[in-house]
Parts: sequence; C-alpha cells; structure tokens
Amino acid sequence: MAFTGNSRALPWALVTPALAWTLLFFVLPFIAMGFSSLTAHEGGGFTLANYSQFFTDPSYWRAMVNSLEVTAIVTVISILLAYPFAWILAEQVPERWQRLALMLAVLPFWTSYVVRSYSWLLVLAQNGVINRALTGIGLIGEPLQLANTRFATVTGFVHFFVMLLTLTIFANLKQLSPSYRKAAADLGAGPVRTFIHVVLPLTLPGIMVGAFLTFVLCIGDYITPQILGGNNELVMPQLVMMQIGRRGDFPLASALSIILMAVVTIAYLACARWLKIERA
Amino acid sequence: MTVTVRNPLSTLKSRLGAACATAALLLAAGSAQAADLNALIWCDHSDPALLQPFEEANNVKVNVKEFEGTGAGLAIVEQSQPGDWDVMVIDSIDVPRGVEKGLFEPLPEDKLPFVDLFPEVKMDKSTIVDGKRYGITEKFGYNTIGFNKTKVDPADMQSLASLTSDKYKGKVAIYDYYLPVIGMAALAIGKKTSDLTEADLPALKAELLKMKANAKLVGEVTASQTALATGEVDILVGGGEWVTAGLAKENPALDFSIPKEGAVLWSQSLAMFKDSKNKDMALKFIQYIMSPEGQARLATSSCYWGMPANNKAALSDEQKKILRFDEQPGFLARAQAYPAPSADLDKKMQDMWTEMLQAQ
Repeated sequence: MAFTGNSRALPWALVTPALAWTLLFFVLPFIAMGFSSLTAHEGGGFTLANYSQFFTDPSYWRAMVNSLEVTAIVTVISILLAYPFAWILAEQVPERWQRLALMLAVLPFWTSYVVRSYSWLLVLAQNGVINRALTGIGLIGEPLQLANTRFATVTGFVHFFVMLLTLTIFANLKQLSPSYRKAAADLGAGPVRTFIHVVLPLTLPGIMVGAFLTFVLCIGDYITPQILGGNNELVMPQLVMMQIGRRGDFPLASALSIILMAVVTIAYLACARWLKIERA
Repeated sequence: MTVTVRNPLSTLKSRLGAACATAALLLAAGSAQAADLNALIWCDHSDPALLQPFEEANNVKVNVKEFEGTGAGLAIVEQSQPGDWDVMVIDSIDVPRGVEKGLFEPLPEDKLPFVDLFPEVKMDKSTIVDGKRYGITEKFGYNTIGFNKTKVDPADMQSLASLTSDKYKGKVAIYDYYLPVIGMAALAIGKKTSDLTEADLPALKAELLKMKANAKLVGEVTASQTALATGEVDILVGGGEWVTAGLAKENPALDFSIPKEGAVLWSQSLAMFKDSKNKDMALKFIQYIMSPEGQARLATSSCYWGMPANNKAALSDEQKKILRFDEQPGFLARAQAYPAPSADLDKKMQDMWTEMLQAQ
C-alpha cells in the first residue's frame, strides 16, 4: 500500500509522540551526558581523562569485570532454572490452571525491589532462616557467610530474573506448534533428541530475548549488589554512584555510564539476530 | 576589555543543563508556593516530630528534599532556579564549598545561640569564610567504634588496634564513607586528621586494607546499622552514637567507645541560601532548629540520633544518658576534626577507598 497526500502525513503524526518522547528523555540527556563525560570536573575544559581513568585504574576496570562476571553467572543460572520451569508450566500444567500458575510465578514482581533485597539479606544473614535451619539439623557447626557476598547478590538477582525468563520462554513454548514434535516422532526421534534438535532451537529466540533483558537489567542494577553484596566488591553502577555522592563528579560518572552503555550495545548487537521483530 | 572565551563543550553542557532544569521546574510548577519554606535536608530533618511544631507555630509548610552527600546536594541546587531553596543541611567541613559557589548568605550571629554551642563544635575554620559566618553547627557526633558489648570485650574497644586484630576477624563491618574511616585509619597510625597529605596515602591504604581483611562488609548507613543490630557483626568501624543511640531501647547491648587514639568528630551545619525569597522564615527555621526544643527533637530524630550542638537542648535524663551527654567534654577533648582535604587530595582519597573496596 502506498501513502499519498494527507495519508503520507498520518504515519508521521502517529509516531511523533514516541519520537518526541525519545528525543526529550533519551537523546537529549544522552548528548548532555556525552558532553559532560568529556569535561574536567574542576575547570570544565575538554578532557579525555575521565575515560583514561577507567582504562588505566585497575580498581575501576575491576568493577567492569565484576559486573560482567555477575551478569554472566546470573544469566546462565536463570536460564537453567527458568527453562524447565517454563516447560512444566507450558506442557505439564493443565491449560485451565496455567494462568493462575503464571500469576503465582510472577508474584515476586509485585513486591518492591528494595524490600525484596532486604528480605533476602535477612534470609541469608548469620542468624537468618538458612543458617538456623542448617545448624538446627546439625549439617553445619558454625553459620556460613551467605549474606554480604557475591553469592547473595547472585541469589537476589536470580530470584528476580528467573521470573522474567520464565515469561519469555513460556510464551515461546506456547507458540510452538505440536506438529513439530509429532513430525520428529514420526521420523523416529525420541523425546530427548526431539528436545535437543527441535524444541530447543525453536525456543532459542525466547531464551535470547529473556537473556538480553536479564543482561541489561542486571548489569545496570545498583540496588541488589549494594544491599546484598556488602560492598566487598564493586560493580559498575556502584562505581558510578560513588562519583556523585560527596564529590559530585558528574563528568566521571557520565564517562563510566557511557562505557556501561557501550557494553550493553555490544550485548545487543550479539543478540540482535534473535531480537528482531518479525512480521507475519 | 576582557573577552572571556568559553569552552564550546561547557557552553553546550550548560545550555542543555539549563534546558533540562527549566523543563523539570515547569513540570514541578505549582507544587511549591512562595510562602513555603524549601529545605534541602538530611533524613533526620524529615521527621514530622521535628517539623510539625515549627509549621504550626509559623503557619508555614516546610517542603523538604533529602539528599546524601554534598556533591549530590550542590548538584540539586545547580539544577534549580535561584531562590528555589531557602535552607540547606551540609557537612560543616563543606560549608566553604557552598560559599565558593556564591550560594550562601552570612548568618546574623547576634540572632543565633552561638554562646550555647559546645565550643569544640563551632567549627569556625569551616563555617567562617572571609570573616563572615555562613553555617551554624546543629548536630554532631563521632565516627568511632560501635559495638555489641555482650559479644566483644569492651576493654578491647578502647584501642583502634582491635579493629585489625585476629580476635575479631569476620566480626567487623566498616561504615561506607571514605572521609571518616580514613580519619580513623589516620588515628590508628598516629597521624592527625588535620595534617593529612598525599604522602600519608600509602600508610593509610595499608591500614585500610588491614581493616578490610578483618571485615565482613562495608555498608552504608542502613546496611551497617542492620548488620550490627541483627548480630551479623559485633563491631562497626566508623559507628558511634548515630548508630547505637536510636536502637538503645530495642538493643541496649549496643554501645560506642572513644578509643585512646581518639575518634573523628562529625558535624552538620545549617546554611541559608543567598537567593532565598523567604529569608525571614529561613532564619526563623534555623532559630527553631537551634532552640533547646528544636535541638532535642533533632538529636532524637527517628532517622538517626546525634548530639545536639546546643548544650541547652531540652533532652530528658534518659535521652542524655543514651547520648552520654555528660561525658561529652572528655570525648570532645579526644576527638579530632573530620579530614577536610583539598579537591585533588579528596579525589585521591576516594580512589584509595575504591581500591580498598575492590581488594580481595
């Protein structure tokens, strides 16, 4: 269909609010942040020092390594837990119960992120539920250090992202026609081979969409590592916040944020193949 | 004639900043009235028990905005229109930063109870700039050793060396604010907090790393308070009455010491904005906060307790006991000033803190 005359203006009119929103709340702030990252904290002149600090100071660089390690661990564990969960929901739970089961699965989304993190802190604390249970049944003599560790940060993240991945994988599984499995069975494939060679490849888009969202949200999160990690190692968002608190070093904070955004962009490009919106 | 050429990046940045600030103010228009008092505060000032009596007595609404860290507070001011804010709570050592930016109004000393302040907390070096006083200390306390006296030997808490001893390995939390804890590290190695220079950084770093090796966590206010209160740790480096006093009723085992090496004195000041449209009300607010009643309410605020700067604060005997009011002369004599580094040294100290946090 070709747009002519007034009808050509209609699509533009429809997208203008979204474009204006993006321009005002993404493009302009991003440009401001970009310029800020190229200015000196004291004096305001042009400088690349904010970027060079990141690449030359091992403790800054370490924050990026920590962020990537935590994000990778969280993403992998979340996929491993979410996939069977989504499969059970899609394949084993009767259709009429699926909606309720899904609602129960996403229940953690309903609570405040901060409250949920503090709850985990209490669960994992020295006198928390887990340590009390383990010492109570005699499995351990002394409480384990679970809170204020990377383990705690990963646990808090996984609790949240398993739900997210479950939703994307579940949606993908539900779209999968039963004909694929029937055809595989007709050709002599057992359930394991069918899963590995048919179901898994066809649900890869759902996994990758969920994994990308997990990556983006996890690598940019400040609250969970701040509350559960005990500051025993810093991740990038914590490093960004640190520059602002007392010294108000917005140029360095901007540079670190742009570096973080560049990493997210690389992740997007790596997943782009699976993130395309396909038209029917 | 002098021609000032601005860096084009700075020009664009400031214009974009101004555009964003204007947009934000347009969106916020109507939320604040000229008759209101707009205060940039720390969380202890948002307690209704502190604000309500003032609001009722003066028929005014106090609009508060909380912030953490002077940098964040000054950024809020920079992104606002002149006159948007009337008063600000600020670290006493940072009053000169606000004065340098031309933000603050000199305070009328004859209308404020300076004679009733503990002399050691007047902080004249910070609150007086070029002969004019721009800030008045309203609350103070110590970054020292907070501990659970049923879990540790209180005698050990009289020395900073205990913080790095094997006896308390894994029982320690460190308050996540680099200046006071670096001050404590300085005391531990026998340096005066006011004399710290770049040459001291290696020795300070070594001391901080020893503290970190003993610590279970490094936490901001809530996290470190929670860790001590729940028994996750038994000692809080940088803790003091601001952690233990507010929890005294629920957990009387929590206490603090001023070790033989000394402690770091923290203090917060009130300042009035030069461009305030409501200077009379701003002064009334400062007078109220500094009055015996206001001081008692501020000292026992639900967010955190601290010593009132006014020694005539109308505290009950029990509150005085919890704050160890009568011991203050001895404590103050042994306390040292908050480190007040230059901008360059401040940056280096923060980077050293980052290294300490990342150390495994």
